[in-house]
Amino acid sequence: MSGARRGTTDDPLWARFGLIAIVTAFVGFMLVLPLVAVFAQALAKGVQGSLAALADPDALSAIRLTLVTAAIAVPVNTLIGVCAAWAIAKHDFPAKSVLISLIDLPFSVSPVVAGLAYVLVFGLQGWFGRWLDAHRIKIVFAAPGIVLATVFVTFPFVARELIPLMQAQGRDEEEAAVSLGADGLTTFLRVTAPNIRWGLLYGVLLCNARAMGEFGAVSVVSGHVRGLTDTMPLQVEILYNDYDMVGAFSVAALLCLLAVATLVLKTALERLQPQLSDPIALQKTRLRA
Amino acid sequence: MGWPAFAAAAFSSRALHAYGLSLSAALIGATLNAVFGLLTAWVLVRYRFPGRAVLNALVDLPFALPTAVAGVSLAGLYGATGWIGGLLAPLGIKTAYNEVGVVIALTFVGLPFVVRTVEPVLRDLAHDVEEAAASLGANRLQTVARVILPALVPAWITGFALAFARAVGEYGSVIFIAGNMPYKTEIAPLLITIELEQFDYGSASAIATVMLLIAFAMLLTVNGVQAWAGRVSQ
Repeated sequence: MSGARRGTTDDPLWARFGLIAIVTAFVGFMLVLPLVAVFAQALAKGVQGSLAALADPDALSAIRLTLVTAAIAVPVNTLIGVCAAWAIAKHDFPAKSVLISLIDLPFSVSPVVAGLAYVLVFGLQGWFGRWLDAHRIKIVFAAPGIVLATVFVTFPFVARELIPLMQAQGRDEEEAAVSLGADGLTTFLRVTAPNIRWGLLYGVLLCNARAMGEFGAVSVVSGHVRGLTDTMPLQVEILYNDYDMVGAFSVAALLCLLAVATLVLKTALERLQPQLSDPIALQKTRLRA
Repeated sequence: MGWPAFAAAAFSSRALHAYGLSLSAALIGATLNAVFGLLTAWVLVRYRFPGRAVLNALVDLPFALPTAVAGVSLAGLYGATGWIGGLLAPLGIKTAYNEVGVVIALTFVGLPFVVRTVEPVLRDLAHDVEEAAASLGANRLQTVARVILPALVPAWITGFALAFARAVGEYGSVIFIAGNMPYKTEIAPLLITIELEQFDYGSASAIATVMLLIAFAMLLTVNGVQAWAGRVSQ
């Protein structure tokens, strides 16, 4: 009986092999080839040439600015993301759906438009421009603008990862803790936090990848002052436009290593906690909730 | 800035061409992703084969890889001297610095969306409806076309819309491979940065407003599809 059923609910062997071949070819062509091409171009003049390009003072300052930006943006968004997810998943309050929509906003706005918004608010001709200029505070075309734009575009990752996870886990354990006399902070640290740790790490990982790689929003607010306001992705653009291919692709290769490391860690976390999934897949869960 | 100045900036022929390119290239890219994304989700959920875990991890590469890196890499690959562009150039096919290049970049950035929206629905699809169809005499193709695919349609449309929305606003991966010729290969987000470089904040904001309205319309569409899917599945 099982033999007859298998014949009809399994795909024929030729379809299996055909589909696997098509998909492997598509992914190989669209994703693997570009990845390989970056390393091939970076190593065009050997490992020495690539390392020399990375030791350039402008490249080093771009790496430093990218690390500093991520070191500020990721903790800020982690903290606010945890608070927002905790408030949304474990409590009821008016206009909750408005807050959820606002959290999603950076995903639906073009990064260039996001960057423009910061220029319009903090730029010299912007709302706070006169005041900031009078007090000699530089935000746009300086590092603070880059950090702000990065915080904006990476805001949803942690919150969006945690909301469905916390909602799925329900409130029972927290209510039990509170009824046994635990205060809010203790409840969070001893009950909620251990339950969400892998999801939190997952959100932080994706947030960090985007923070280090953001280009459009940062490009608009940076002003491209070499050695001062260039992040690694902006440095890639500058070197590429200078026809310094080894330089551009060496910095790009460093970002590729970051991307590959992100994917490896992400896969490992998905094995640890199978209900984790990508932010886009979670959009479904969120809308249903 | 008054309405006439706004309209002049937001609906100049150069801007209209840029919206047209951004929208049409995004549409083609999202369509390609709808086809290959569905196949990829199917292969990942239904088949077990060596290298499946690697394939699964690779699908998210466009999320993890900075867009500027994707941009320079694609421009290098598809340019006249690149590995792919070099092969196609003798045949008279140009794959970079024209509209084809824009579509290639937008296909790259939108790749994970259809896979990751269809995948969970396909995984949760009850196996017994397939068995019922088969036991009632449907052949495999009929079962797939009449039973499985209809259940995937809402997720499929959602994935398509998300890939499309992402592609319309995309900047980093496109500007290196597009060639950026006004009236030809200039995308809308690039036009905003060009206006900004000339400190024409008014024109930049006008174009950005149109882009925001397009993004908002996309968001409403996605939410509408979700609401419709929720009603259908109940």
